[in-house]
Amino acid sequence: MKKIEAIVRHFKLEDVKNALSEQGIAGMTITEVRGFGRQKGHTETYRGTEYAVDFVPKVKIEVAVDEDRAQLVIDTVLKAAQTGQIGDGKIFVSDLSDTIRIRTGETGGEAL
Amino acid sequence: MLTSTALVLFMTAPGLAMFYGGLVRSKNVLSVLMQCIFLMGLMTVVWALYGYSLAFGGDGAYIGDGEYLFMQNVQRIWNEAAGGPETPMSDAIPTLTHMLFQGMFFIITPALICGAFAERMKFTSMALFSLLWGTFVYCPLCHWVWDGGILAFAETADYESGETVSIAGGALDFAGGTVVHISSGISALVCALVLGRRRGFGTEDMRPHNLTYTVIGAGMLWVGWFGFNAGSELASDGLASSAFAVTHFSAAAGVLGWVIYEWFTSGKPSVLGAASGAVAGLVCITPAAGFVQPMPALIMGALAGVVCAFACGTVKKKFGYDDSLDAFGVHGVGGTLGAVLTGIFATRVCWDIDGVNKLGLIEGGGTRILIGQIVAVIVTWVFSIVATFILLKVVAALTGGLRVSEEGEIRGLDETDHSEEGYIFA
Repeated sequence: MKKIEAIVRHFKLEDVKNALSEQGIAGMTITEVRGFGRQKGHTETYRGTEYAVDFVPKVKIEVAVDEDRAQLVIDTVLKAAQTGQIGDGKIFVSDLSDTIRIRTGETGGEAL
Repeated sequence: MLTSTALVLFMTAPGLAMFYGGLVRSKNVLSVLMQCIFLMGLMTVVWALYGYSLAFGGDGAYIGDGEYLFMQNVQRIWNEAAGGPETPMSDAIPTLTHMLFQGMFFIITPALICGAFAERMKFTSMALFSLLWGTFVYCPLCHWVWDGGILAFAETADYESGETVSIAGGALDFAGGTVVHISSGISALVCALVLGRRRGFGTEDMRPHNLTYTVIGAGMLWVGWFGFNAGSELASDGLASSAFAVTHFSAAAGVLGWVIYEWFTSGKPSVLGAASGAVAGLVCITPAAGFVQPMPALIMGALAGVVCAFACGTVKKKFGYDDSLDAFGVHGVGGTLGAVLTGIFATRVCWDIDGVNKLGLIEGGGTRILIGQIVAVIVTWVFSIVATFILLKVVAALTGGLRVSEEGEIRGLDETDHSEEGYIFA
């Protein structure tokens, strides 16, 4: 099993969610996050006082899938979340040792 | 007059409350709203008991007397001879109306100062300071300028014959440039200096938590200001209409002045700049509202926008004082500018003193008015600085320090002083 974490722009969330649903991905978890990559943040000015805003708000989508569907999820997110501009985000892929469905106690691929 | 009176109260809460409320961090939003609403209570009671009497009672040169103490000679009385109730009159309006209208000024003036010490002054200290400041600074100043005291504008004959108590012939102050804005703005600076900067000033994120409030508040101030300035004519006549027009024009030009200045200096026109520019334009025209024509009002507003933007950005940064919400930068600087420009642009077309003499510098009235304005500004600055400094020391001694504790400041005044939160999204 793999866990795919995609940090994307807020306005791309709906597109990513719909694209993943079309691919039969049943569930996902969303978190509001803040961070920065290569582009850093931006500067805001209030009556001449400047504030450097390093952390840019993004949304993190977490999806857990079987190993053979991981590439499909990655490709889908990539296509749906891409604008080509700086700040599109990142996708992190990691191994997932187990998944447990709390309601039934099922584990592994059955619980996904 | 009653409508104007209500409009002036509308300026404090919700107007100023929202304007200032949006500019602080979310953990301090209630503390600012509280200062506005609480002062509406406190200052009104003080005004009713003795404030109006100190400001407008008697003929003294320095301070009022007990003429209106506890609303005597203001409230309605039973006239035995006529066999009916009677309302004391001040010229064409009931003294009650005059008391109420002026009372609203008494409320908003200390509330303006709150912008300088926002996010760090203890509520008890703020309340006691406002009470003392209203009594010992506002009431005397109000009496000096508007009730025949040492800064009241002297009739030409009195001035030329030397038969006047007015220093340098006194000042033209239609709706409170000296009494309201300079006094509060300068006192605000003293407060900011005596209290010191907010913890983390210059290093931590102190961005306004809700500029939406600030813009709405600025809009309310703009609307309320019509009551402030046009109402100060104390009648519904041609000059009231003129005061209304110049007030509106100055605010409009203030928006443009501040925004264009920012556009050139920082590359982008800011929303906060537009809102601040409107207020700066309104402050600047306040002393001049009944004395200048519409075209000079446009110049005054635009100048106020640029000068106040410079004061709030560059000057504040250079000297490093923490005037949290720019009470000095907008009211102190804008009020001073307006008072001086009144001496330049005042015209007898608006306010004819004696059918002979011209007024301002541009109209050809010479320097008499301008000198009177400058002297009144200096007197007000010095008086405000000294009195505010002394009062702050007294308040600090009585309340055990002006500032909230270090932890309290970090957690926010809403929790520290009021045990409440502004936003609970449960």
